[in-house]
Amino acid sequence: MRRLAFIIPVVLFLMVAAALGLGLRRDPSILPSMLIDRPIPTFDLPGLTPEDTVGLASSDFTGKPVLLNVFASWCVACVIEHPMLLRLQAQGVTIHGLDWKDEPAAGAEWLAQRGNPYTLIGSDPRGRTGIDFGVTGAPETFVIDGHGRVRYRHVGPITPEVWTEILQPMMDRLETET
Amino acid sequence: MSAEIGQLALILAFMLGLIQGAAPLLGAHRGDSVLMSLGRASALLQMAFVVLAFGALATAYVTMDFSVELVARHSHSTQPLPYRFAATWGSHEGSMLLWVLILALHGGAIAFFGRTLRETLQARVLAVQGMLSAAFLGFCLFTSNPFSRLSPIPLDGTELNPLLQDPGLVMHPPLLYLGYVGFSVAFSFAVAALIEGRVDAAWARWVRPWVLSAWISLTVGIALGSWWAYYELGWGGWWFWDPVENASLMPWLMGTALLHSALVLEKRGALISWTILLAILTFSLSMIGTFLVRSGVLTSVHAFAVDPERGAYILVFILIATGSALGLYAWRAPAMRTGALFSPLSREAGITLNNLFLLAATATVFLGTFYPVFIDVLSGDKISVGPPYYALTFAPLFVPLLALVAFGPMLNWKRDTVRAVLTRLRWPIIVTAVAAVIGVVVFGIADVGAALGIALGVWLIAAAFMLLARRWGIGRKGAETGRLIRTTPLAFWAVAVAHAGLGVTTIGVTAITAWTDSEVVTMVPGQTVEFAGRRITLDALGPATGPNYRADQARFRVEGRGQPFLMLSEKRFYPSSQTQTTEAGIRGEAMGNLYISVGESATLGAATVRLWWHPLVGWIWGGALIMALGGVLSLSDRRTRLAMPARKAAQARAAEAAA
Repeated sequence: MRRLAFIIPVVLFLMVAAALGLGLRRDPSILPSMLIDRPIPTFDLPGLTPEDTVGLASSDFTGKPVLLNVFASWCVACVIEHPMLLRLQAQGVTIHGLDWKDEPAAGAEWLAQRGNPYTLIGSDPRGRTGIDFGVTGAPETFVIDGHGRVRYRHVGPITPEVWTEILQPMMDRLETET
Repeated sequence: MSAEIGQLALILAFMLGLIQGAAPLLGAHRGDSVLMSLGRASALLQMAFVVLAFGALATAYVTMDFSVELVARHSHSTQPLPYRFAATWGSHEGSMLLWVLILALHGGAIAFFGRTLRETLQARVLAVQGMLSAAFLGFCLFTSNPFSRLSPIPLDGTELNPLLQDPGLVMHPPLLYLGYVGFSVAFSFAVAALIEGRVDAAWARWVRPWVLSAWISLTVGIALGSWWAYYELGWGGWWFWDPVENASLMPWLMGTALLHSALVLEKRGALISWTILLAILTFSLSMIGTFLVRSGVLTSVHAFAVDPERGAYILVFILIATGSALGLYAWRAPAMRTGALFSPLSREAGITLNNLFLLAATATVFLGTFYPVFIDVLSGDKISVGPPYYALTFAPLFVPLLALVAFGPMLNWKRDTVRAVLTRLRWPIIVTAVAAVIGVVVFGIADVGAALGIALGVWLIAAAFMLLARRWGIGRKGAETGRLIRTTPLAFWAVAVAHAGLGVTTIGVTAITAWTDSEVVTMVPGQTVEFAGRRITLDALGPATGPNYRADQARFRVEGRGQPFLMLSEKRFYPSSQTQTTEAGIRGEAMGNLYISVGESATLGAATVRLWWHPLVGWIWGGALIMALGGVLSLSDRRTRLAMPARKAAQARAAEAAA
């Protein structure tokens, strides 16, 4: 009986180690958004320049699935992602932009230099809307379905692999849903 | 060139670690002195090579050798010299090298100072230490080589994360590692004792200084990390229950338990197998901390080098090290001598109870930290465990523990009576009761929890004073107080000081939890706001530049309550890493800190300003430093001091030789 008590620590330890071993096989960096399958937060943002009369509002997300891409002029990874977005635009994908924590003028200048892949752009200089979306950094992309619900969140630049393996199949499926 | 020297030194150290892990073990088994001395030699030599390797990497950093991949990734030519040096351990690979360095230094110290140990015990301790060393050196070499070269050589590096470019962070990892790795000595001694099947007071006398020094470093390291988070992360939080913070808290709690049970073992020869178990668990928790930070099992603000392959290596290693140590424990410990008996009311019993509380508290932190992993493994759900969990589980365990702390040193060894203890503690009880009543009256019934928290801190401090007062014979007729003060041993001071420090921290934690005040205002230059009984004016708002950053700087003038003073707060932007940091303005005072942080400029010429009043927050770290001071006092007591038995034995041997 007394011997048994001395075996308890090693047994407990082996159970914990087994759980940790299984835990290694998952990836905590896949951050499921709190908003998955929920309607997007309500917002109404102005455009980048005073001349832009239309900005971006939550009411713009109806009809067909779109991407909402979070970018900023200060974001280096966005520069890397940018050509991919332009290519997607050329393929007919609708992408809305959220200029996050950025001077609107700087964002406008950045797009003027590199080309504008976005259909509509909202300026969120203080990151308020970003908070509602749970944005942790730029770039970040949300897949939003035709009913204005968040369906997927991708953290980091959209690479060709991410597009063909994750986002494109998802967009195609949503297209047939609506 | 230096990278190749470092690489070679690391490989040689690894080989030596393998020899050290095997030769002395065999030697001790066969009673072969030559093999046993091989253990000592390889420990010392290994130390020299690891020091060389670390020096090589530090040189590459300081001289900005961007052909070394690690340097290119974490250093930049505009980075100031101290941070270029500190960047040596700012990366995963570099910090592992620091870990190995500290491990090798400890191994060398055992080889050097441990000559008075029983030869077989020293040989076995060194063998275990050698196995640990070889495993971690292997980890460096095979999964995270710090000396990889880059081709082509980049013109400049990517700088060290700006959040880490900070004086607090220069010292934080080395201190933590001194703590974590210091516990490896206790682990090695425990395993060696299990192999020998023999534990005695001499064993505990040997282990305790190592545990003490590790505990001191860990205490200061954790306090420093918490302080850094407070001033650097820009919103004044001091503890986040982040998995990696928990990873440092768990060995600390367990180490505290070990410290106390080793004391019982040394003084009374009791709690033998319990102390061994704690020694194994404390270091295992240190290793699990390493696993956490580097494996990517959990997300954390600290997590770097998220790489499942490295995680797998460390996990397999923990599995072998801890698994075999606990297996050995299950096999050998039941056969070991059971210690001296003690009554349910005695100092031994008090310390046992303290140990149980500390163990339970560690278990709740462990569960909270790993619960998301367990749940994910079992059901695939992603959850996170936050402060409310700890408020519900950790606090209810820690509050009674704090209340009990005062009793321990007031109890007699072996047996005591309730009446006698309460008589000894009557003054602290009265002071605490008065403090609690005053607290409830002053702060109102709504703040009763806070009043009791403060009273708990007062209780600890009062009991610590009482301990000294009794020792000094204050209030006893005819006591020579002056002489008694002079002859109070440092170890006695240590108990009083460390326990009082715990009280100071308790008061700080209570105050900041209950009475923090904050306000957000948009200010233009010249504007004044009233906050926390002061008038705060935004004096100027403008750009500033540092060696490797640009900043928006806000200058505030604060009036009221004493001399007016200026405070600065900055929003910094580091162009080469495209990172923003907030440098909060902090005015530290005994009664609390005024904390100002500027946010993004809302419109031109105005700033969003967040003001905080953090009452008594400095006491949290002050208390931790006082606890560490208690540890230092205990370590300097001549009976604890390591060299003492060594010197005595050497003298005895010299006398023998002379005769």
